[in-house]
Amino acid sequence: MRFLSQAPRRYWLVALVVIVFAGLPTQVTSFQSLEWAEVLIFAIVIMGLNLLVGYSGQISLGHGAFMAVGAYTTAILVHRYHMDYLATIPIAGLLTGLLGFVLGIPALRLSPLYLALATFALAVVTPSLIKRPENLTQGVQGILLPPPQPPDWVSSMFASVTSGPAMTSDQWLYYVSFIVAVILFWVAWNIVRRRPGRALMAIRDGEVAAAASGVNIAGYKTLAFGLSAFYAGVAGSLYGLASGYVSPDSFPVALSFTLLVGAVIGGLGSIAGPLFGGIFTFWLPIMSSQFVQTQDWIPDQVASVFKNAGPAVTYGALLILIMIFAPNGLAGLILSGYTRLRSRLRGVGERTTGQVPPDPQTV
Amino acid sequence: MQEFLQQVLSGIASGGIYASLALALVLIYNAMGLVNFAQGEMAMLATFLAFTLIDHGMSYWIALPITILVAFGGGIVIQRVVIRPVERAPVLTLVIVTLGLATLINGLAGFLFGYLPRSFPSPFSVQTVSIFGAAASYQDLGVIGVSAVVLVLVYLLLQRTTLGLAMRAAAHHPEASRLLGVRVSWMLALGWGLASAVGAVSGIMVAPILLLEPNMMQTVVIYAFAAAVLGGIDSPLGAVIGGLVIGVTVNLAGAYAPGVGGDLQLAVAFAIIIAVLVLKPNGLLGRRATRRV
Repeated sequence: MRFLSQAPRRYWLVALVVIVFAGLPTQVTSFQSLEWAEVLIFAIVIMGLNLLVGYSGQISLGHGAFMAVGAYTTAILVHRYHMDYLATIPIAGLLTGLLGFVLGIPALRLSPLYLALATFALAVVTPSLIKRPENLTQGVQGILLPPPQPPDWVSSMFASVTSGPAMTSDQWLYYVSFIVAVILFWVAWNIVRRRPGRALMAIRDGEVAAAASGVNIAGYKTLAFGLSAFYAGVAGSLYGLASGYVSPDSFPVALSFTLLVGAVIGGLGSIAGPLFGGIFTFWLPIMSSQFVQTQDWIPDQVASVFKNAGPAVTYGALLILIMIFAPNGLAGLILSGYTRLRSRLRGVGERTTGQVPPDPQTV
Repeated sequence: MQEFLQQVLSGIASGGIYASLALALVLIYNAMGLVNFAQGEMAMLATFLAFTLIDHGMSYWIALPITILVAFGGGIVIQRVVIRPVERAPVLTLVIVTLGLATLINGLAGFLFGYLPRSFPSPFSVQTVSIFGAAASYQDLGVIGVSAVVLVLVYLLLQRTTLGLAMRAAAHHPEASRLLGVRVSWMLALGWGLASAVGAVSGIMVAPILLLEPNMMQTVVIYAFAAAVLGGIDSPLGAVIGGLVIGVTVNLAGAYAPGVGGDLQLAVAFAIIIAVLVLKPNGLLGRRATRRV
């Protein structure tokens, strides 16, 4: 009990968020569960990107490519080798992580600008590279994945808890993504507040100073790249399972952009940021296209154009505005609002108790 | 041999286009140490403007200078409104802002003009003339000619005029230039305007070949990145040489290397980028980057 009463307040907030997300499928339809599963998947890959960009200060515009590797690993293993789809998730993550680690080695020599260029080029090239080994990836056709069915005991447990119909495959996918997301967020949280995280942030804030303090720069930078790719690979694998279909066109350059936008808007260098980023990344295009479609006064032709162009315009404008006015993203805004409110209510003394996210401006 | 020459010639033509866009990237890099990811999209928007003017019955040779002027003004406006607030921010912020700009312009073009590919008029006929036995189209020769004129004009402006000197000084030594009375901030804005104008020319040149649509420049800009990296990202002459080398290499690889055709030409450019960055990060003509502790 002592432990409970002494736990910092943010632990309660975390517990609340976990409980809300755990109970979500019992309250929404099966299709909405799938949508929220994709939110969590985006949150996972954005967390990986956040570890790389927000904590280690390296930039990647190629995380869509890493997701593609993860998704195709799962698809090929399930489709060709009839492997159990659950077993393919860690394999996809490890394989992508290894690839990221290897790519991290040339990345060491590059300044952030060149790294952005190289990873951008990677994202552009990936779709055409995927098309080539046609007997493996089935070219432009893509690979269909059967929807994964929940194990019987899970399904019956779910039915008895909700006293409703048995668990659908969409709801099962949600829970798989949810458990993976919880584990990976917990891992990330532990990494950033311990030795590796401190080393990464030291590198980000001043490479020379970090090296002088005995931080293994090359080792930690490649580690960050590999870890980030691991997250993207796991997320890609889940993404493939959730959409039931992978094709080269599922991973356009725009996806890599979107992920970076999500990471920035959610808040770089924060643990809660990627969750906001995931929610934002998934819902903004749907909101901005559906909202316009339902407004009667907008002519159909304009609405159909907006359906294509709307999200891009909103993304671009938001990205620029956030970078100029709130470089710490949504998480930073909420935290600074909370800190300000507290200091207003209780006096200034306590503001240091909140965990202040590092400022990405110091990258 | 004849076919080889022909491939080289059309490689030089597309190389000229890449060189123009790469030059635009280099101009902005020199002005603020930043790779402008929105360069291609800015050129695309300018090309749409030219298309609209010509579509309304304006002559090509009047629409061209008007577009270039508007692009010049647009570049200055973008620098003043979007880039200036984050001028002193770290590279990461700047990269993200230009990416946002690229997304914004792309979406805007899609919103205004739709995603239907349109054919863009070319002032040069597609008839061919024989050079050393190779059949070269007037189209290719015209593109080479226009690119050459643009590159020479930019060279003259930067190297032979007081304004060019002030621009170079503002880019290399902002503090010293300010002391000497150069209006550094406006020189940077001029750099953006110039880059935008040069980029617009590349867009107008490439549009008849690729068909005009909002995503037209996405591949071109990758080749331009490759060209700028190969030539050394702070060297205007390097960008031109890089552009020509990339144009010819990619064209030849597409024609002769087995398995490389169509979309894999991009992979060739990607391989060149990676190889240069790993083997010779400063490019062919770039200055060695030194880091101050």
